Amino acid sequence: MAAATTPVRKVEWGVANVVVIALALIPVLWMVSLSFKTPAAILDPTFIPTGWTWSNYHDILSTGQFVHPLLNSIGIGLIATFIAVVLASMAAYAVARLNFPGKAVLIGMALLIAMFPAISLVTPLFTILRAIGLYNTWPGLIIPYVAFGLPLGIYTLSAFFREIPWELEKAAKVDGATPFQAFVRVIAPLAAPGMVTTSILVFLACWNEFLFAISFTSTIASRTAPASLAYFSGASTFTVPTGPISAAAVVITIPIIIFVLFFQRRIVAGLTSGAVKG
Amino acid sequence: MSTSTEVAAGAAAEQRPAGHKRQLSEGARAERRLGWLLCAPAVIVMIAVTAYPVAYAVWLSLERYNLELPQNIKFVGLANYGAVLSSPYWWNALKVTLIITVFSVTISLVLGMLLALLMHKTIFGRGSVRTAALIPYGIVTVAAAYGWQYAWTPSQGYLSALFNDSAPLTKQVTAIAVIILAEIWKTTPFMGLLLLAGLSLVPEDLQKAAMVDGASGWQRFWRITVPLMKPAILVALLFRTLDSFRIFDNIYILTGGNNGTGSVSILGWDNLFIALNLGIGSAISILIFICVAIIAFIFIKGFGTAAPGSAIGKR
Repeated sequence: MAAATTPVRKVEWGVANVVVIALALIPVLWMVSLSFKTPAAILDPTFIPTGWTWSNYHDILSTGQFVHPLLNSIGIGLIATFIAVVLASMAAYAVARLNFPGKAVLIGMALLIAMFPAISLVTPLFTILRAIGLYNTWPGLIIPYVAFGLPLGIYTLSAFFREIPWELEKAAKVDGATPFQAFVRVIAPLAAPGMVTTSILVFLACWNEFLFAISFTSTIASRTAPASLAYFSGASTFTVPTGPISAAAVVITIPIIIFVLFFQRRIVAGLTSGAVKG
Repeated sequence: MSTSTEVAAGAAAEQRPAGHKRQLSEGARAERRLGWLLCAPAVIVMIAVTAYPVAYAVWLSLERYNLELPQNIKFVGLANYGAVLSSPYWWNALKVTLIITVFSVTISLVLGMLLALLMHKTIFGRGSVRTAALIPYGIVTVAAAYGWQYAWTPSQGYLSALFNDSAPLTKQVTAIAVIILAEIWKTTPFMGLLLLAGLSLVPEDLQKAAMVDGASGWQRFWRITVPLMKPAILVALLFRTLDSFRIFDNIYILTGGNNGTGSVSILGWDNLFIALNLGIGSAISILIFICVAIIAFIFIKGFGTAAPGSAIGKR
């Protein structure tokens, strides 16, 4: 019964595919459309702009109110991702390879944090960050982002680490390498693909984060791009900032979409490795 | 854990005199030290950012503490919890959060399953469906939320125009429906990908055997696919439920919590940043934490969801 290959079936699946793709794309195309609309065209609910303009992009990219937060997002995201992946790969190596008491506690703790309601931390962290002078600074966001990136990193990486051919490590030890040397020289290069995947997932989580970003920042000195959208007033105080906000939304979205599509195999493998094999 | 090191450790232990059986071999002790050493930085960061602040939040929640009245800090015991639990705002926020959670998780589970089946079965265009599905996953929630807000703004948005120039975001029920829609759009692909991974673990032979026995597609789905996928489904549900219960971004942008659409997270945030009331805000934080713990407990004990990672511990 080769049902899936009959022409009628093919058409049915094809239609379903087209529907899924349309549902995924239409809200994105709507944002792109809004970002190109002239102020007059914005008041016209057609999907395709009746008047086109680049001015929304020109406005947001010529103001520090958006460009500075964009740079903050990139900087904070990269630093937090780097630290989280380095610390997570050390812990994941221990989880996947070594026998030590307390392993179950570590796993339980990572799980607890993965499920943690972030709002429960906002009040105390807000108070603590103000007390130690990290409120409205890069480290004030990087530290919580690292903490929330760690569980994701530990899960994904320990799933990847279990797939690595460990005989090579033993061979290195026979050749006189210490466990640490075996880790750095032999295992780390083999683990690189898993680490790239994990980095992507952690970076996406940091890039998307909003609650901490609006709670622990007060100026563009450390405000990230998603948070800046909420404080956007447009180029002039007299215009409703629909166009500029849409343009800013497209600017922070499109590179990520391209990035996601480019690394789609890795991302799918990373997302599912922890949940299914774990 | 790898068998090789266990065997090695066991052999080393056997060579020792009986009296020293409990003593660890030199290698095992080094391994233990290395394990702790490698985990220490991650553990320290996680404790510093979560455990300590939560303990601090418990303490704050027992105080009368308003940032506008810093001279007026006073230990008040459980009074803040009494104030929150007797307030209609808390119960409305909890109701809204539960409604959003139940509807968005249920619908995205059904749609995610359909998406997973589509990605699993489809012959041509498989790559393009998966590619398209990753777009909502990758998009910044706040950016997408603005898109939805403008789409539903009367005389500006295409969706509002389609529905008679309606203004759904100004009424509680319709606004919650729009919030649920935005959540479903964003999270269904993630659900679909997790379920697809579970689906690929269902043996093809079993499906074929059932087909030979005359089982219909529907029967095969409910009798073979779903039972075999149960662990994957439960893990996906647990994560989505807890994620949805924390909903903040979409509501903050779409309605700001107005018209009775605020979730518990929005309520907690407003109490901190608008009312500047650290005591009440902390009490709400702790109550949300307790709710999340109850949900996780129900899933793990009630439905027997295997906590992800439990297998790692056993290895």
